[in-house]
Amino acid sequence: MEIAVCLKRVPDTAEADVKVDASGKDIVRDKLAFTINEADNYALEEALLAKEKHNANVTLVSVGAKESEEVLRMGLAKGATAAARIDSAGLGETDGIGIARVLAGWFQGKTFDLIVTGAIASDDGNSQVGPALAELLGLPHAAYVTKLDIQAGTATVKRELEGGFLEVKELATPCVVTIQTGGNAPRYASIMGIKRAGAKPIEQAAPAKAESKTQLIKVYVPEIVGAAQMVEGTVDEKALKIAQLLKEKGAV
Amino acid sequence: MSNSIMVLVEHRQGAIRDVSFEMLTAARKLGAGNVEAVLMAESCDLLAPAIAPHANKVVCVSGPIFRDFNYEPYQKALVKLAAERKPAAILIANSAFGTDLGPSLAVALNAGLVSDAVACTKADSGFSVSRGMYAGKLVADWAVRSEPSVIMVRQSNFKAEPASLGGTVEKWDAGDVVSGAKTKFLSLEEVPTTGIDITKATIVVGIGRGIKEAKNMPLAQEFAQDIGAVLAASRPVVDAGWLPKEVQIGSSGKTIKPKLYIALGISGAFQHIAGMKGADTIIAVNKDPKAPIFSVAHYGIVDDLHKVVPALRTKIKEMKT
Repeated sequence: MEIAVCLKRVPDTAEADVKVDASGKDIVRDKLAFTINEADNYALEEALLAKEKHNANVTLVSVGAKESEEVLRMGLAKGATAAARIDSAGLGETDGIGIARVLAGWFQGKTFDLIVTGAIASDDGNSQVGPALAELLGLPHAAYVTKLDIQAGTATVKRELEGGFLEVKELATPCVVTIQTGGNAPRYASIMGIKRAGAKPIEQAAPAKAESKTQLIKVYVPEIVGAAQMVEGTVDEKALKIAQLLKEKGAV
Repeated sequence: MSNSIMVLVEHRQGAIRDVSFEMLTAARKLGAGNVEAVLMAESCDLLAPAIAPHANKVVCVSGPIFRDFNYEPYQKALVKLAAERKPAAILIANSAFGTDLGPSLAVALNAGLVSDAVACTKADSGFSVSRGMYAGKLVADWAVRSEPSVIMVRQSNFKAEPASLGGTVEKWDAGDVVSGAKTKFLSLEEVPTTGIDITKATIVVGIGRGIKEAKNMPLAQEFAQDIGAVLAASRPVVDAGWLPKEVQIGSSGKTIKPKLYIALGISGAFQHIAGMKGADTIIAVNKDPKAPIFSVAHYGIVDDLHKVVPALRTKIKEMKT
């Protein structure tokens, strides 16, 4: 069985101050730490679980600059078999479907039983690449999957719906599945794994055209529109004000 | 070239989902006089009357294959319909259903796609669409110029407004959308629960990423006990396995409307806000002054919850004695 995982290296902005750069179309990146897109990490874990169950090969692929290889190496260290980086330098401005086209170009002529990727990207917040890639490759897909069971010829998936429901579906393989966070427990790489991964070659690929039909105009910090009364003072002063508020509201 | 705005009505288990009315309202603002609601269902007769006041036309696509959402037959039908009607845009919810359909539909139509749209206006030969990035810390404006544009609309964002357009209901035959199918809907399941129902609590404390580690959970649990609150969580805490799925607040969890909601270390990603913005009083504690949670909170404290909560517990204890 051959499994491919599409990974993305993203800035870790959960606790960082996000500032718009001089171009007005991107963020200032120099003080940020980078990591694997969280949902992709869950997708990688699904692939590694399937690898263990079916003795499959797991190939990682990422569209990115040289730094993206950090994320590929981490995946190799966790147990992936091979990795490829499609160079993003020179792609120019593109969008989610554009990236899917670049990936589709790499997948041409290759056979995989399963392609997995994260359901959503934590940086741009898009959920586009997986289903778009599937359509470009003529494969069925399922997005926002938390449980995946792949057999020869069929994949059974559970998709997360709003309000605590799961939609159970069957797909013919080969197929593309996008994985939502929380469905498994991503493993950590072992020291041995990291050492072995360091020696593995990462295929370098040139990108296919990233034709896109949308254009980014600008990015900006939204006005915090709301009437939040900010509670000021020392920690103790703030705590007292909130305690009084809680009392007012009948919580104390 | 048409001016019509097509809206895919979303329904589940016989009930129309709220986002459908939100999208229809947005569509009326974009294409007044030209809103076509597309209803794909086992039998449209039951649902069409609820949609008709909100659109100029309701296109009814009936068949057992459409009873439960499945991108494959829905997409085949929409591609055929769009080829005939040539809408300027197709609005789909940025929901579990919509995110499974939108991107592949856009590729099949060779259309431009913008996902998670929070605002949309007409622009030269297309639309200008705003969407969130970095969990709401930034907004991005995109131009989409193709025809059609596929716009995936964020849920619980546009306000649904009443209307009385008296749209005509038209039956449309999708033809064969079944042969060659590679996917099959099997069933809907409910996520297993242990009986905690956060939607019934009057006071809720929500824990987010700011709690940092499982070993810090007792601080939150004890604080919740101090004020008689039920403990709930944003997605990252549930993903990490520190609290069960049934106490997750948000679009893929539960929607709560308590008298009092205290968010600790929650940044306020839109999925979370959708699940709690209806609370009567919202107090938020977060280290980041730009955290989106402060746009819905009534009271905000910019500080580390690990400093604030212990101090708060002390003050509460003093009040009780």
